[in-house]
Amino acid sequence: MKYSLILLISIFLFCASPYSDAQSNQDAQHQVCLKCHSNQAYSFKNEVTGKVVKRLMNTNFILDTVAISGGVHKGLDCTDCHSSEYPTYPHQANLKLEPLSTCLDCHGGDESFATYKFEKIDEEFKKSVHFQLYGDNFTCTKCHDPHTFAPTARNSSNVMEIVDYSNKMCLSCHNDIKEYKLVSGHENPKLIEVHDWLPNQELHFKHVRCIECHTEVVDSLMVSHNILKKDKALKTCVECHSANSMLKASLYKYENIQKRAEIGGIKGILTNPSYVIGTNQSPYLKLLSFIILFSVLAGIIIHSIFRVFKK
Amino acid sequence: MEATEKIYFYPVWLRIWHGFNALGIIVLIITGLSMQSGDQMMAIGFNLSVNLHNIAGIIVTLSYLCFFIGNIISNNDKFYLINIKGFLKRLIKQAIYYSWGMFHGMEHPFPLSAKRKFNPLQQFIYLSIMYFVIPVVIVSGFALLFPILIIENVYGVSGLFLTALVHSAMGFFISIFLIIHLYVASIGKSPLENFKGMITGWHHI
Repeated sequence: MKYSLILLISIFLFCASPYSDAQSNQDAQHQVCLKCHSNQAYSFKNEVTGKVVKRLMNTNFILDTVAISGGVHKGLDCTDCHSSEYPTYPHQANLKLEPLSTCLDCHGGDESFATYKFEKIDEEFKKSVHFQLYGDNFTCTKCHDPHTFAPTARNSSNVMEIVDYSNKMCLSCHNDIKEYKLVSGHENPKLIEVHDWLPNQELHFKHVRCIECHTEVVDSLMVSHNILKKDKALKTCVECHSANSMLKASLYKYENIQKRAEIGGIKGILTNPSYVIGTNQSPYLKLLSFIILFSVLAGIIIHSIFRVFKK
Repeated sequence: MEATEKIYFYPVWLRIWHGFNALGIIVLIITGLSMQSGDQMMAIGFNLSVNLHNIAGIIVTLSYLCFFIGNIISNNDKFYLINIKGFLKRLIKQAIYYSWGMFHGMEHPFPLSAKRKFNPLQQFIYLSIMYFVIPVVIVSGFALLFPILIIENVYGVSGLFLTALVHSAMGFFISIFLIIHLYVASIGKSPLENFKGMITGWHHI
């Protein structure tokens, strides 16, 4: 009995220890960085004077720990992407000059990430106005904060949430004078004014992603990454508000197909694409209206011919 | 020259109403099509189309009220009253006249007179348009102007969607009516006779 108890405890310890070790290492690693980088102020011991000094953290370097814990990279160590020298303080000045790991360093050519199509995303991004204008200076992280990134478009079933998450990425620069100038070198256009032509602007901004009009839709990608020049953006209502809507190719693609399959029948046909204008909302009614119109016109033409010849 | 009988079918108020209504309806059809197509074919601009459609809609509504009241006061509404008994037969007879009889020297089965302003087909169409389709299009149009008033959900279908569907379907019927109305108006003593009548007020029998 005594031996079997020892054996059981040994097995338990053997199984549990590597996991808990890794966990605690990782936490420890995080803790070292986040001890300072999750707070507005940090303190350290000045080795020269021997005193403890308290200072304000540069706001650009404060991390949102709650957002990190909801992001896809929450399991990574800071030093998986940042230099392994960073845990020492004061940080060496030259560390800032070292290039960071890029997304493709981890995600490229890896079968386990195949479904996300990182190579295709990269290919599309290289065509985008961001890359064309700013080249390698425009990295993935300009839009996707690697600390907090969550694949909302893929995981969320709430369209509003997807729209909000996506638009915040664009607005973090395009609605921010400092950030926009940092990358582009000039002032950002006034978003409200340049979109003045758009009916129900506020409603559109809340319910539609910027990328819906400002990217070229690629069927093989979940989210198109080829951001177009502003003059190439969609500007006609019917591109979205029609039976063959651009939205169906992007934002509502999965939702629509799913819902139509779920509801089915007349109701499915009638209720689904409600953002479509007029009788175009139902392709069957549209067809019917064309049949009626052309029958009437044909009837009139035939009747006129008889009137001319049978006078 | 053949002696013709003239009847003063269209009094001044009716002609003024008809003119306003016609202009309003034409603006509504054009702007309606523009909005429906997302302004791809008309190049009016979506915002301008919406504004014009709203204004013309209100004008046509007021004009319809004038028609409705004027019709009662002037007794013009009696021409719209259908005698149900044997009406289908008379309808078919008129349809046969238009599609076959008029090309084979058949006499008009329901010649117009001071007592009969419309033939049975006209009676049916005008009654349906003026006392069903137009009121429905007006009510649904005002509902779309004040979407907060619309019932949100009708047996699982969006009320706004149903209202828009009814409105555009009725608008479509009015457009079809306009085409047929203009064509049938050309079947007179001469193709332009009835159009002149709508200006002078006199109808030649």
